[in-house]
Amino acid sequence: MNKVLSARFGKIRPDSVEEYIHAGGYEGLKKAMSMDHVAAIEEIKKANLFGRGGAAYPTGIKWEQAYAIKKGPKYMVCNADEGEPGTFKDKHILSEDPFELIEGMTIGAYIMGAKEGYIYIRGEYAAIQRIVKSAIENAKKAGYLGKNILGTDFEFDLKVVSGAGAYVCGENTALVESIEGKTGRPRQKPPYIKNCGLYQMPTILNNVETYSCIPWIIKDGGEKFSSLGTEFSGGTKLMCLSGNVKNRGVYEIPFGMTLRELIYDLGGGIEGGRKLKFVHLGGSSGSCFPESMVDTKICYYDLKKAGFSLGSGAVLVVDDSHCVVDYLKTVMEFFEEESCGKCTPCREGNQRMVEILEKFTEGTATMEDFNKIKSLAQTMKTTSFCGLGQSAPVPVITLIKYFEEEFIEHINGKCKAGVCSMSGKAGK
Amino acid sequence: MDMINLIIDGIEVSVPKDTTILEAAKKLNINIPTLCFMKGINEPGSCRVCVVEVEGWRGLHPACVTKVSEGIVVKTATSTVREARKNILELIMANHNRECLSCSRNLKCELQTLCNDNGIDRLPYDRKIDKGCIDATGPIVRDPNKCALCGRCVSVCAKQQHVGVIDFANRGTHTTVTTAYEQGLAEQDCINCGQCIKVCPVGALSERDDTAKVWKALENQELHVVVQTAPAVRVALGEEFGFAPGTNVEGKMVTALRRLGFDKVFDTNFSADLTIIEEGNELLDRIKNGGKLPMITSCSPGWIKFCEHQYHDFLDNLSTCKSPQQMFGAIAKSYYPEKADIDPKSVFVVSVMPCTAKKYEADRDEMNVDGLKDIDAVITTRELARMIRQAGINFAELEDGQRDSILGTYSGAGTIFGNTGGVMEAALRTVAEKLTGKSLDCIEYTAVRGLDRIKEATVNVAGMDIKVAVASGTGNASKLLDKIRAGEADYHFIEVMGCEGGCINGGGQPIIKDKSTTEEVKAARIKGLYDIDRACEVRKSHENPEIKKLYSEYLGEAGGHKSHKLLHTHYVKR
Repeated sequence: MNKVLSARFGKIRPDSVEEYIHAGGYEGLKKAMSMDHVAAIEEIKKANLFGRGGAAYPTGIKWEQAYAIKKGPKYMVCNADEGEPGTFKDKHILSEDPFELIEGMTIGAYIMGAKEGYIYIRGEYAAIQRIVKSAIENAKKAGYLGKNILGTDFEFDLKVVSGAGAYVCGENTALVESIEGKTGRPRQKPPYIKNCGLYQMPTILNNVETYSCIPWIIKDGGEKFSSLGTEFSGGTKLMCLSGNVKNRGVYEIPFGMTLRELIYDLGGGIEGGRKLKFVHLGGSSGSCFPESMVDTKICYYDLKKAGFSLGSGAVLVVDDSHCVVDYLKTVMEFFEEESCGKCTPCREGNQRMVEILEKFTEGTATMEDFNKIKSLAQTMKTTSFCGLGQSAPVPVITLIKYFEEEFIEHINGKCKAGVCSMSGKAGK
Repeated sequence: MDMINLIIDGIEVSVPKDTTILEAAKKLNINIPTLCFMKGINEPGSCRVCVVEVEGWRGLHPACVTKVSEGIVVKTATSTVREARKNILELIMANHNRECLSCSRNLKCELQTLCNDNGIDRLPYDRKIDKGCIDATGPIVRDPNKCALCGRCVSVCAKQQHVGVIDFANRGTHTTVTTAYEQGLAEQDCINCGQCIKVCPVGALSERDDTAKVWKALENQELHVVVQTAPAVRVALGEEFGFAPGTNVEGKMVTALRRLGFDKVFDTNFSADLTIIEEGNELLDRIKNGGKLPMITSCSPGWIKFCEHQYHDFLDNLSTCKSPQQMFGAIAKSYYPEKADIDPKSVFVVSVMPCTAKKYEADRDEMNVDGLKDIDAVITTRELARMIRQAGINFAELEDGQRDSILGTYSGAGTIFGNTGGVMEAALRTVAEKLTGKSLDCIEYTAVRGLDRIKEATVNVAGMDIKVAVASGTGNASKLLDKIRAGEADYHFIEVMGCEGGCINGGGQPIIKDKSTTEEVKAARIKGLYDIDRACEVRKSHENPEIKKLYSEYLGEAGGHKSHKLLHTHYVKR
């Protein structure tokens, strides 16, 4: 299988410029610096690269729009907050091949004329932050960052900024606020980051994996990158396989592979011979769907057609020993904890979702509660301020859609998985 | 101008580019409900009460911060919108303290109205979060369990007043508005201006209730209880009883105060005139004898505390004059008892103020003479209204009463102390005559009038150019002082009032429930004061007969020994 991102994983010292170059690194930057800016952006457009952080915005278009903005200075920012539960792919890039990210950002800086960039890494990755910082230092010493890059007058400096544990800082505008030293709370959009981002200046903000695709695209061409995947999704994707599956881990797969192939062929199938109950795709804020749908191709288009989003590329496999309601309650407790508190629906809604789900697990829920949680989920999805609150109800909506009968069973005092205490019902 | 055409609830409308959906709907008499929104001050788009549907757009959109675009079709009250709004209001109420009956904002609460209007017929959630205790360390009381987290107070404190002692803390349902280290407001750089109370949609912010202290004094037969009412109270109190903003209800107020049992009903306008004599004298002295200039007024205790915290390099610029409230107290416990032949210790002075900072000012250590506190109790306009209601007084139908002498007569100049530019104008009326030695007919200084936040003028008096500036709202004052610090401006005399528009918009004034009418209400209250001024026979402070008598019988001369003891003070760096 073709590897774009993980080719060097485990094969080089992560902070060694020499070993990176020896393994084919910095060819992209050299080529980019010999290219016309617009032509370079054209390659990225041809690559059919979509934002890997979860929003899947076409990167070429994003860069084209950012390039057209005339004011400055422009900033390059990398979202390495990787807070989505079940997602641990950026961690591998940052700790095993940080130079592909650094090179990607440097190419971007060259095209945009940016002199400063920031990599915002989640606080929990403290050890990894040290690796990235060391890589940055070594790149500076070797003339790939700082002033006079590759002997030209192009200069670009990169800094690592540590997150402090808030999930919401993975939301781009909250991330920018956090870099500015403010509380991580999202900003009203518009204006968009590309116009009015860090310090109110035009800002190019991408995920780790997105930036890391850039050197390969420039080096080998956008069309070649695109051809690795499907008609609608270019290249490869790092997938994070976790849950009740035998071989958990990160897999670089070409777009077009089915979820079943990922789970059973690469992942070795379900642990302990149990049955696959559902897959939670794209992190906690993603969709949950049953075994009958795992033949869907991993491709932005096919997934969208099925009503799902690839999100960060997290595939959490859940077997039939689990109760849907109990699982959902755990997921929603995460959002209750992580809501920033800015807007009403997310701040209060998540807490009340948990409260209602608790009633289900205790066996005291009524049809009225069931209707309420459905209504609340819709309101949160349609009225929340940022992506956090808008997507937090997605697991609620999808699990109710595919497992409605299990919710009804709980109302009737039964948890067929035998997970929920149902203590309230017994007490009544 | 670029016009944008759109359809709202089936009605076509054309509005300028950059108009919000909320504003466009208002043009069609469609009132989209809002909670966190306050135009120009707080526009976070965070409460989500104002969400509307736009055809073809995913999700619902906050009308307050969403700009119109060509051809959009907006629906403001579909079943989807109504269900969302209901859910959101239920969620805002979820962790809200629902003791509405005992809340100071009951019946004036924006959240209560929103719930009523949007079909909240029951509250589906029990309260789960306790956000801590009530902060009653100072004149401004904060109840975090009533806070709706709209952020208006945070914005007004930081952006309008440049104080910034409150902000959001914690996250999720634990989000609160609090101070640094969760200290009491009294321990912070809070200036007690009370603008936070005025913008709070609910009862999370209120003034310390001092009415019990007043009731107790009124019932104490040993005490001689006198009351003073600030200029701005009379043009706003009526709003609590159904009168239009700006209506002068002084006569009814006097009758009500007498019915409440005050032994004498006096007026702060009287001591405002007294302030002009002292302050005018001080200004002339500073100009003639090379004293520190610009001289800055000291009537507003919010402004004074702001200056003490943030601009202490200007402390010597502050006039040493006590504020009219404190001057009144000092005279009411010296000259007045001597004339009335009563024991000064038996005099209990109550102030009715449009201001919450006045409660703090009255408690300052400096504000006493020979061990007697100038002022014994301060209540706001709102608290007086509550007392009147508690006493069952049918305010609207009362006959007009007359002020008592000898601290109750006032000039038009003393009256306009209640609005921005008024102290300046009053001072100029007196200073001009002192300088020219003539009685002048032209006394309306229109250059310093109006609701502009910062006003500058050069006034030629007796061949001398006096450069003056007027700022209202401490945020605007700081902008002005920054210019002086930077050497970009210099003046002889500056008037600062802590609240935008002056005392008529003070933190103790009746709550303006529809915040979008704030500017009109302010203008109406100001007009009320200028109308009184125009109707006054005496319009210059130095012509007030009771003031003349006070000097001739008791104080001697302005700035003299007795004046200094009673009427002047000093400031401290904080």
